[in-house]
Amino acid sequence: MNKVLTTGIILGVAIVFPLVMHVLDQAFYISFATRILIYAMAAASLNLVLGYGGMVSFGHAAFFGAGAYIVGILAFEGVTSLWVSWPAAIAVAALAALAIGAISLRTRGVYFIMITLAFAQMMYYVFVSMKAYGGDDGLSLPSRSTGLGISLSNDFAWYYLVLALLMIILYLLHRLLASRFGRVIEAIRENETRATAVGYPVFRYKLLCFVISGAIAGLAGALIANQTSYVGPALLHWVQSGTLMIMVILGGVGRFWGGPVGAVVLLALEELFSGSPLLGPYSLHWQLPVGIILLAVVMFAPQGIAGAFAKKPQ
Amino acid sequence: MTGILFLEQSLNSLQFGLMLFLLAAGLTLVFGIMDMINLAHGSLYMIGAYLMASIAQATGSFWMALPLALIATAIVGVLLEISLLRRLYERDHLTQVLATFAVILIANEGVRIIWGNQSLMLNAPAGLTGPVTLPGGMQYASYRLAIIAVGVAVAVLLYLLVTKTRMGMLVRAGASNREMAIAMGVNIRRLFTIVFATGAALCALAGAMLGPILAVQVGMGENILILAFVVIVIGGIGSIRGALVGALLVGLVDTMGRALLPIAFAKMFPPQVASNLGPALSSILIYVLMAAVLFFRPQGLFPARG
Amino acid sequence: MLSLKNLSKRFGGVVAVDRVDLDVAAGEVHALIGPNGAGKTTLIHQISGSIASDSGEMHFCDRNITQMRPHDRVRAGLARSYQITSIFRRFTVLDNLALAVQARSGTSFSFWKPVARENALFDEARSIAAQVGLSEKLDATAATLAHGEQRSLEVALALATRPKLVLLDEPMAGMGPEESKRMIELIKRIRAQVAVLLVEHDMDAVFRLADRISVMVNGRLIATDRPEKIKMNAEVRKAYLGDELAA
Repeated sequence: MNKVLTTGIILGVAIVFPLVMHVLDQAFYISFATRILIYAMAAASLNLVLGYGGMVSFGHAAFFGAGAYIVGILAFEGVTSLWVSWPAAIAVAALAALAIGAISLRTRGVYFIMITLAFAQMMYYVFVSMKAYGGDDGLSLPSRSTGLGISLSNDFAWYYLVLALLMIILYLLHRLLASRFGRVIEAIRENETRATAVGYPVFRYKLLCFVISGAIAGLAGALIANQTSYVGPALLHWVQSGTLMIMVILGGVGRFWGGPVGAVVLLALEELFSGSPLLGPYSLHWQLPVGIILLAVVMFAPQGIAGAFAKKPQ
Repeated sequence: MTGILFLEQSLNSLQFGLMLFLLAAGLTLVFGIMDMINLAHGSLYMIGAYLMASIAQATGSFWMALPLALIATAIVGVLLEISLLRRLYERDHLTQVLATFAVILIANEGVRIIWGNQSLMLNAPAGLTGPVTLPGGMQYASYRLAIIAVGVAVAVLLYLLVTKTRMGMLVRAGASNREMAIAMGVNIRRLFTIVFATGAALCALAGAMLGPILAVQVGMGENILILAFVVIVIGGIGSIRGALVGALLVGLVDTMGRALLPIAFAKMFPPQVASNLGPALSSILIYVLMAAVLFFRPQGLFPARG
Repeated sequence: MLSLKNLSKRFGGVVAVDRVDLDVAAGEVHALIGPNGAGKTTLIHQISGSIASDSGEMHFCDRNITQMRPHDRVRAGLARSYQITSIFRRFTVLDNLALAVQARSGTSFSFWKPVARENALFDEARSIAAQVGLSEKLDATAATLAHGEQRSLEVALALATRPKLVLLDEPMAGMGPEESKRMIELIKRIRAQVAVLLVEHDMDAVFRLADRISVMVNGRLIATDRPEKIKMNAEVRKAYLGDELAA
């Protein structure tokens, strides 16, 4: 299907969706859809580093959760303007990615997977032990971020803001992947030895890709903190990293819409199977059919859903 | 900080480290020989603990339940290997991570469905519920001593198995060079299944022994799984010796850190700082240890691969 | 142009490369031959920088490259092709070559402009493809190429970096007679612009192409000389060539 047409249709549906829900008097689903959009952004950021970059990072939740906590902590301390806390969230997440990437990317294969996992756990324990900011129980935000002149507690306004940000991020990713940098990243994923042998300083490219991906995850984290007006250490747990990875593979690793599609599918499945409003931790038993579906996808359809719709290479 | 506290923490470290070793040994072999990341290893540990608790309750005897639980878990492990895991050996690591992650989800829910949400009671066997007086006058839980004894016995047994038997030699050959082992006619499939079953039994043993001390509940596998991975990364993938050294190191650093750091910090820093910093730092100590080891030895301390 | 002095490498107890002195002059095709396990590929790895040497020095175009990182050596003009084909399998032939060209034409830390618009890159990629005879296969995915075509792509990737010297590690491995002939012609064509250090087992090709031949046995260089002299060198015949020449 024509790429522009696909994008147009998706955008159209996304714009019209809350209006339809409002008319049908199902306002809850507007909030649900916003949550999907935020996870779509987080999954897209992971897809950059995992699908396009070939770096199996099992610690992505660290950047997502760090971004969320920065917004939460700043709000707790009285700083609610999004002009301050959101860039701060992005910056902190990017810095964390820089530090973690600089060390982890020196390792290969399974060691890389394990060390990213370990660093994410480190971040988790650091935030859990901050008793001043909630510790195990997490932190509630007094309100959504301020600074735009309109109240973001209006679900409509919030939805459209998140949608706009998601579309901007996806567009930027689109240009990034088509650029010289994007080519090199994919080449490194294909054959790192050969990329070095034609003269690319491979480490720098991987690290930069890792940092960009972390920064976007940080923005998504800032948004999730606002979405529920709550941040908790579960956002940084490795199960959260696993969830993001599931989204990417369900949607299609290395496919452009893989992240967003995966987020929609997984969260819709969760809603379908749990039958209760999605507000906090996963409710019981929905994990069983999700686990089975994930297994089936991994074993029999590793290209994911977006991959099933893509043209086969000749 | 008294000598008794130090001795007590040392024994706790040893106990924890040896149990970690049981988990790590199976994990490192699967990893080293089959080149497979198995996140479901923690689920076998959980299943072992649950089976042990149930059988112990049904029979009323800890010691009778133990071998039954080991065998039952080994059977579960073999079934898992035959039905699913052996299809993953040829796949890439990402696929293995995701597939075994799915197994965790399925196993957790399965356990919840069968046993419910509450944690199970598993009691230490009669006769080992009280303390024992060690030379020097210190009291220590007799059950914990039993764990140490079992751990040491298994370590010795594994050592003998791996170094003195033909099966052990095949395992070591497979760990250091799989292609070569296949080329020499080793029945790799059967070897894999046996290795996996042994790993599952070791998991069950750890789960059963730790059950009376830690809670038998859903999710117990994930917590200890990360520690096991840290152990094998430190020790070197594919090496049982590495698993033992790594496990003892991790056990030591983690237990000592948690016990001593808060005390040290309380002496050095004001209480506000100490109560935040102490627990945070002691939780991340083992990860710092792992990062440090990987910095100097990117392949771990005793890598099995040439 | 390239000069190696006293280069050594050991792996554990095994000395793979033993105090090797070798040089390659501009415009020369210098062949490196020797039995399997002699250490030739290890030496190539050392020259390209993927393995660190234990001792010795390497100079390239009057620069000491002994400690230089692999990608910097490529930028300095030292390229290599691999014994086991190492290409970007899921990219097209055109994209493979364009990537190599991109590496040395400006920075790739460019995030906004689409590469597809950079005609200069693709034109150059096309001309390199023409040089190695892959013009018909520009849009084919690299993985679908025949073995010989993949080896040609392998060499083309090395050439695309516009090197001053190229290390060819068994370029003709697994090639049939037709393809080998084409590869020999290719090497003959490029020798004017690019010096070549050629590792090969195909003696026919070696004697047709080489200006000088070095013979490596058990890590040591036992002879370096013009091809006619090498043929008659008693030590070389004993160690390596004896059977081949008798045939």
